[in-house]
Amino acid sequence: MSDAQMTTRAKDKSRWERFRESDFFYAFKRSPIALVSFTVVCILVLSAVFAPLIAPTNPFDPASLNLMNGFTAPMEPNAFTQETFLMGTDDQGRDVFSTILYGMRISLFVGVSAVLFAMVLGIILGLIAGYFGGWAETIIMRFADVQLTFPSILVAMLIFGIAKGFTPVEYRDQMAIWVLILAIGLSDWVQFARVVRGATLVEKSKDYVAAARLIGRSPWAIMIKHILPNALSPVLVIATISLALAIIAEATLSFLGVGAPPTQPSLGTLIRIGQGFLFSGEWWILFFPACTLLALALSVNLLGDWLRDALNPRLR
Amino acid sequence: MNAYVTIKALTRVFDVSKPWLNRILERRGKALLTAVSNVDFQIEERTTYALVGESGSGKSTIGRMLVGLLDPSEGDVQVDGVNLATEADAAKVAKVRSHIQMIFQDPYASLNPRWRVRDIIAEPVASKGGETEGLAERLLEQVGLHPSDAGKFPHEFSGGQRQRICIARALASEPRLIVCDEPTSALDVSVQAQVLNLMSDLKEELGLTYLLITHDLTVVRHMADRIGVLYLGRLVEEADPQSLFDAPKHPYTQMLLDAAPRMDGFGREVPPPQGEIPDPIDPPSGCAFHPRCPIAEDICRQERPEMKALGKGRVACHLAR
Amino acid sequence: MTTPVLSIRNLSVEIPTRQGIVKPVDGVSYDISEGEILGVVGESGAGKSMAGNAVIGLLNAPAHISGGEIWLNGVRIDPLKGEEMRKLRGKEIGMIFQDPLTSLNPLLTVGDQLAETMLTHLPISRKEAAERAVAALEEVGIPGAAERIDSYPHEFSGGMRQRVVIALALCAEPSLVIADEPTTALDVSVQAQIISLLKRLCRERGTAVMLITHDMGVIAEAADRVAVMYAGRLAELGNVRDVLTQPRHPYTHGLMASTPLASEGQKRLHQIPGAMPRLQHMPNGCAFHPRCPKVQKRCSHDPLPPMAEGRAACWSPLLAEAVE
Repeated sequence: MSDAQMTTRAKDKSRWERFRESDFFYAFKRSPIALVSFTVVCILVLSAVFAPLIAPTNPFDPASLNLMNGFTAPMEPNAFTQETFLMGTDDQGRDVFSTILYGMRISLFVGVSAVLFAMVLGIILGLIAGYFGGWAETIIMRFADVQLTFPSILVAMLIFGIAKGFTPVEYRDQMAIWVLILAIGLSDWVQFARVVRGATLVEKSKDYVAAARLIGRSPWAIMIKHILPNALSPVLVIATISLALAIIAEATLSFLGVGAPPTQPSLGTLIRIGQGFLFSGEWWILFFPACTLLALALSVNLLGDWLRDALNPRLR
Repeated sequence: MNAYVTIKALTRVFDVSKPWLNRILERRGKALLTAVSNVDFQIEERTTYALVGESGSGKSTIGRMLVGLLDPSEGDVQVDGVNLATEADAAKVAKVRSHIQMIFQDPYASLNPRWRVRDIIAEPVASKGGETEGLAERLLEQVGLHPSDAGKFPHEFSGGQRQRICIARALASEPRLIVCDEPTSALDVSVQAQVLNLMSDLKEELGLTYLLITHDLTVVRHMADRIGVLYLGRLVEEADPQSLFDAPKHPYTQMLLDAAPRMDGFGREVPPPQGEIPDPIDPPSGCAFHPRCPIAEDICRQERPEMKALGKGRVACHLAR
Repeated sequence: MTTPVLSIRNLSVEIPTRQGIVKPVDGVSYDISEGEILGVVGESGAGKSMAGNAVIGLLNAPAHISGGEIWLNGVRIDPLKGEEMRKLRGKEIGMIFQDPLTSLNPLLTVGDQLAETMLTHLPISRKEAAERAVAALEEVGIPGAAERIDSYPHEFSGGMRQRVVIALALCAEPSLVIADEPTTALDVSVQAQIISLLKRLCRERGTAVMLITHDMGVIAEAADRVAVMYAGRLAELGNVRDVLTQPRHPYTHGLMASTPLASEGQKRLHQIPGAMPRLQHMPNGCAFHPRCPKVQKRCSHDPLPPMAEGRAACWSPLLAEAVE
């Protein structure tokens, strides 16, 4: 659009208009990887969200289960009931396709919540460390350094174990999901804190922050309103890549049997259940959940990689 | 005429030591950098006082102490009769502070890139709960931009336009004193002229007082009513532009004037100044300029010269007559 | 007439962007002779650095030379690629940038960098190179050159670093030096030292210099001839005294008049209205016409009149009688 048009327009451009005109959106439209992975993520997320509408059966409703349907191979009629299932059924006659849709809900819910939790924690601690410096910074960043020396899956298992010890037995299954979110989130806040601290140090030295101090704005107002919006691009990149990692971490924990309980199976739980049948010929019980996990983690990760390149070439 | 700003024996020391563990391992003491050392001057109301100096002269540090972004290590800053360091009445200090604003050097870093211009300009008023309806549009017009620019973001403007936005933001809190820290150093000559003219106009219209901090002697000569020359954190000479440019008293001022490139200096061959600015952590004894001074004597190496009145100005040199 | 060291003919640089192709350099021609300092002056966005980078072959993709010729000592160099260009760059063209640290390797001592450069381009022994490195540092006025030869770049002050860069640029005895804002980051007193050093060395060796700067004062003191650029095009070219004291192009005139020194004693500075056009929205005809006080009808559509030495690319130049 021309300069003249821009100056005569009285109305401010909305966020959406600015997004449509941005280099970011332009780069997105022209990147096949971004388009494909974004589409895959959208399809997977939407089908997880609308699982009750899409899934042929509710695999957790005992009334709809028929044990006679057990071990039906994909697209082959069951020997007893003559029913066919897209991806077959497991030992209890649950439709694998439906369990995947429901399992993905759990996986995504845990992954997204854990990343949000880690993000909020990391942003707050990173802002404090970067803006105030001194002792607060030393304590936060040294603690982060120490935590980084442990594999995050180990940290998550540790937190999971401790939390389990504190929950009464009867609530354990209900609490398992929340404990999982806490465990993965706590193992993941460090990189958010580091990136936000780094960005805060850079932004803090810029004169717009000096100008805000000059008119007497409080440190919190400066951190939240001035610095944070300028530190968000790298956070977004890390959040996306972390989401892929969190989904995998959740699957790993569930696969190890310390994650989502069998009553609320996630993709990881399904894979754990499925691997027991792999060598007895019922490959589909493992294969389809594993493929779904792969597609989900890979496309989120590719999207994250692309975001990193598009938003901040220096991070490469 | 009465002094709006009085600066007395102002000193600022920075601790530039390495972390304590390194200091112990390397057996080093603390490293202290005296950025500003015992500086006195006054700014009359509705005038432009210019601080000139090269890098490390402490000119920006003085500006930042005056607006309150830095605290002085020693000495006083008095504005409008209120001593900002010792005044017990917080409301009085806040009132004086709200009359002091600042314009920064880098117009690309001094505007938050994620904020609309309207919000940037109105922030000083909005943060105190004031009425901001139409404020940004009015101020934009006052600094020579279009009111409809209020809805845009900083990246849509050129450097000169951004500096106008900075001026508009400074004007929003109805200041009486504006500290201008290298306001045109990042700008092209033709844009510099526009911004300097705007500053002069606003000074007339609103009765502003300026503290102009710059290294550019041509800008100073055009804008200033009184000039203070700084070297290594010390005020070495103060005078009105006429006397300073026509008859500089301090050898450093002389050197600075000779060294500045001149538009009419075609093929000019002058012996370039000797030496470089010394390390402010370990400044020379006596007069800080003596290692580079062509006329230095023994006394210059031993005693730090005091500021003394000479002609129409003041100068800190043992040998100035 | 002898062949000039550098001869640029109708040079254009293009950058393809989302909004279409922009031309940061558009049909620029100038020569630099042996021992001559040509000042290239203009405001930011005028394309002065871009033209310099095109000569060295250091355009960042996707920017590329889209037309014109560059001749160095009678050899056409703009079609050279990769390795050939790299050799030529070190041997025949020396470079000095605004930030000395971009041209120095922080991991090597300055002595090693000087010796390395000389060994690559000159037929001398390692021992000879080491000796010459000390001599080179002495020549640019670094005190205690023999001791400082083993120092790393970060151990020098800004002014001293720029001296090292000058030594490095000149050590392979190039015939052309391109100095892009060499003193912009330096203090006034140090700037004077660097400018006088550059002038002295280039005169002694007969090196041609392209001095790119926005500072008219530096141009006045250092340059022999000056090329004024505006919006990617040459506005005026000529002897420095003529151009600065009797500018023919209204832009040069406005630029000179808006410096605070020129308006001494006046309350307001002369202003050029408006701002430099953005590359995406370049006006038709003369790019300066929307801001020009002497604009005529033809300025907004006719292509510019041909440029030559001592002339302005303008349909209504000042001092019209002097132009035949």
